[in-house]
Amino acid sequence: MTDRDDSRLLGSLTVAAGQAGPWDADGHAVRQDAAWRMILRAFTENRLALTGLIMVVAVALFCFVGPLLWPTDQVHTNALLVNKPPSAQHPLGTTNLGYDVLGRLMVGGQSSLLVGIAVAVIATGFGVVYGVVAGYFGGPVDSVLMRIVDVVLAVPVVYLFIDLASEFKPTLLLLIAVLALLSWLGPARLVRGETLSLRVREYVQAVRIMGGRSGRIIFRHLVPNTMGTITVNATFQVADAILTLAVLSYLGFSLPPPAATWGGMLQDGVNFLYDGYWWEIYPAGLMIVITVVAFNFIGDGLRDSLDVRLQRR
Amino acid sequence: MTGYILRRIGQAVIVLLGVTILVFILQHLLPGSIARAIIGPRASAAQLAAFNREYGLDRALPVQYFSFLNQVVHGNLGYSFKQNTSVDAIVLHDLPNDIVLVGTSLVLALLIAIPLGIAQAVRRNKLTDYTATGVSFLLYSMPAYLLGLLLISVFAVNLRLLPAEAPQEPTIAGVLSDPAGLVLPIATLTLVTCALFSRYMRSSAIESLAQDYIRTARAKGLGQFAILSRHLLRNSLIPVVTLVGISLPGILTFGLIVEELFNFPGIGLAYFNAAVNGDYPVVFGVTVLVALATVAGNLFADVAYAILDPRVRYD
Repeated sequence: MTDRDDSRLLGSLTVAAGQAGPWDADGHAVRQDAAWRMILRAFTENRLALTGLIMVVAVALFCFVGPLLWPTDQVHTNALLVNKPPSAQHPLGTTNLGYDVLGRLMVGGQSSLLVGIAVAVIATGFGVVYGVVAGYFGGPVDSVLMRIVDVVLAVPVVYLFIDLASEFKPTLLLLIAVLALLSWLGPARLVRGETLSLRVREYVQAVRIMGGRSGRIIFRHLVPNTMGTITVNATFQVADAILTLAVLSYLGFSLPPPAATWGGMLQDGVNFLYDGYWWEIYPAGLMIVITVVAFNFIGDGLRDSLDVRLQRR
Repeated sequence: MTGYILRRIGQAVIVLLGVTILVFILQHLLPGSIARAIIGPRASAAQLAAFNREYGLDRALPVQYFSFLNQVVHGNLGYSFKQNTSVDAIVLHDLPNDIVLVGTSLVLALLIAIPLGIAQAVRRNKLTDYTATGVSFLLYSMPAYLLGLLLISVFAVNLRLLPAEAPQEPTIAGVLSDPAGLVLPIATLTLVTCALFSRYMRSSAIESLAQDYIRTARAKGLGQFAILSRHLLRNSLIPVVTLVGISLPGILTFGLIVEELFNFPGIGLAYFNAAVNGDYPVVFGVTVLVALATVAGNLFADVAYAILDPRVRYD
């Protein structure tokens, strides 16, 4: 029960901080400080968010520091080490090309995490600006911008990447671009909805009366006030991007070898389901699940603490 | 409300027009040309020109778009040169199989997710709630095909209880004659759909539980069961309409993956094979169809919501 009361309190603080800020001489800085402090407090007070954060840090350490402690050759194939079950030399066995699975999990995780976070940052950044512009200007601008979102949402764009797989050799940048192209729609809609209610607040009118331009209102007042929504949504975006990346690998759109992603490892391992080579399937699957669960934990925890309402979540 | 519904239908038509424009642009963005994709990389320039003339591909783009739109409006989704049959025929042939797979899974998912969501809301923050939340969290965080793989490895490879493949007879009669083969694909799709629904159902039921009419019912002395079945359930069904409408694209994507994994003879698999073989008319025809279903689903959800819930005011 105390959790809930705390979150209500925090929720009202959100409003208070948002409204007090603009009246200060240095309002911008105060408000941003408050937002970051709120997120920090959410982490320390919400067990779910903290658990998620610890899991993410652990996965990141495993992927980026792990290879220093457990150096393996993930470039050259080794025909003598094909499909070996777990042993002392290879705690999680080897793949059909003789790569050490444990080491490959680390390298594959690097690209999966990088893609997930980059996609979340790019998609959220673009989606926020798009949504704020639509919501702030309203009228025909809003109608046109939002119909574009509806159109792109309706076309099953994911499907089309099955075709692209045969035409392009995916690179890390292409994967990020593709996933970002799919992901900005959600934040755009959310932020547009929130802007619709924010733009009629007194402080926005005050800025306008004082002669503030639209750009100033959008970037110094509206965007900072959607921080809660943005942060929570961005966290879910990371989880979704990592999942979609895995699905794209399954559909054949993945980094070419010797580069590794968890989804690609899973896809390669599927061929050995009937041979009982479990170590080529489940470790990669488990890493995806752990990472996605961790980001979802953070998102859920932050949403409760920041008292953000998201559609469908 | 009539005004709202009319405006909403107008929006849907505009979005559908946008969809056809987007699909048309994507078609023309293909690496190489449509003609080359169809008659092959070794075709001569004269052959390409002849093909383009025959199929009207040498006309101005706006003219081509309106002819494409005209075809789509008349229910003609295109012609597969590779399979020498119309896209409509492929879709109509596989549609009954998809209705079996997606329809059954959707109904099962609702039958599980609705009572589960209410149970979670009633026993909020107790063991039942935590268990259900944990399981749905896990399912939600899993790529759909990993879940399918797990089910295959347990029930088909280890226990040898069920076939790992969907029915391979491509007709609807053939699919229905092999019910054992349907179990794993339907189970996979049901579980992932359930995970998609249950988080939403829980919070929606929690919100309903806090409403005044529930307190009134309690104060009248109604028993817990009567409150849940007569008041909470009926009121929780309204958002389900929206939920099904907006989840449709997600469910269809899951369907594609499940069909690919179990080799289920549905539209998703036809799409997948067409994409891999460069059979573009099928790819774009099905894309238009899925977009149409998505827009129709959203429209249906919004209109049904407006009719079912008189409390909502539209201006």
